[in-house]
Amino acid sequence: MNIDEFIKHIEDEFDDLKPGVLKPDSHFREAFEWNSINALIMIAMVKTEYDVTMTAEDLIKSKTVQDIYNIVESRVK
Amino acid sequence: MALLTLPDIRIAGLSAAVPRQREHNADYAWISKKERESLIKVIGVEERRVAPKGVTTADLCVPAAEQLLADLGWDKNEVGLLVFVSQSRDYLVPTTACILQNRLGLSHECAAFDIGLGCSGYVYGLSVVASMMQSGSIRKALLLVGDISTITAAYRDKSTHPLFGDVGTVTALEYKPGAAPMEFNLQTDGAGYKALMIQDGGARNIFSQKSLEVKKISQGIYRSRLNLELDGIEVFNFSLREVVPNINTLLKHTGKTLSDVDYVIFHQANRLINETLRKMLRLEKEKVPYSIREFGNTSGASVPLTMITQLAEPMKNGHLRFLLTAFGVGLSWGSVLVDTDHLVCPDLIEY
Repeated sequence: MNIDEFIKHIEDEFDDLKPGVLKPDSHFREAFEWNSINALIMIAMVKTEYDVTMTAEDLIKSKTVQDIYNIVESRVK
Repeated sequence: MALLTLPDIRIAGLSAAVPRQREHNADYAWISKKERESLIKVIGVEERRVAPKGVTTADLCVPAAEQLLADLGWDKNEVGLLVFVSQSRDYLVPTTACILQNRLGLSHECAAFDIGLGCSGYVYGLSVVASMMQSGSIRKALLLVGDISTITAAYRDKSTHPLFGDVGTVTALEYKPGAAPMEFNLQTDGAGYKALMIQDGGARNIFSQKSLEVKKISQGIYRSRLNLELDGIEVFNFSLREVVPNINTLLKHTGKTLSDVDYVIFHQANRLINETLRKMLRLEKEKVPYSIREFGNTSGASVPLTMITQLAEPMKNGHLRFLLTAFGVGLSWGSVLVDTDHLVCPDLIEY
């Protein structure tokens, strides 16, 4: 996996997100309207694409797209 | 392992009653328009049926049972078992099933009791009824499954209020030697009991003045200790972790594959969970019907409600093989492989 592909998967899930806007150092809570439903969409995408489980704590700890990516990458089998 | 094979029992009919009153999530003014749109799209609930004050699950189950018994032409004296599966029982004491035995005019020779399960309740209820009928002395039974979840989901809790709808369902079962076996895989993980819970009002935390205090939990979530609380991410991760292995174990145990079944009916948890499960199992859309758009998450009754509202015609007119999978509060989950053949299936009742 790589971060560009990861960002592409996020862009595919969120209609409001214009392609190319989200960068590894983007703060995802500011990049688009972050709420509990969007958190579920992110967790579902990570589970479907990478078979990795993310928790609420993982998201609370994360600020940037890179932070989430690092968690996922560390758990990919 | 709770892998059960229960032969000689057939489902004879299915019915359901919903409250007439509808609530549309597009009108849910507690959250922003954008949040409402995202809720409807992602969680999948457009409208829900809401019981008027004072109407209980039992009140919905009674007309559904009366209609089904009439359409089946069953003699009420033949019904030897009534099981009521609900988390919204009429009273803390006594058991609602006893009251229902009397309201339905069933005989004193009828065993009756409640099971206090939610989301997983239909699969568990079928397993209990089919097990009790194994000896052949109970020839006919009624399984009543439903919930009035809207009374405990606080209006100012965006994580529960727009999700749940009310319904009562009835499944009629009969002893029929030679009927294809129902095959079950039932599981539990009580470590997750806090993921869906009502804190107060039971014996652990007896009702007190404190139970009524409404507190802010987080943005958009205010509730008291008498309201249902739901940890969405916990439930989501539990469902994605446990449901597919449960199904695969059952299929392996029975030597069947998903291509042997006509329809897979999931508990209507939310659209995102169910669609993720559907993709994980590589099931085509046509094989996985939904009722969540029109009725919301209807707790333990969501499986039979989906069958009745989406598949009444094929169930009435022929033979079908189902995989029913239900999962949630407890945490409790299970699957059953079950056949239906020319079911009696009255139209959905509006109460």
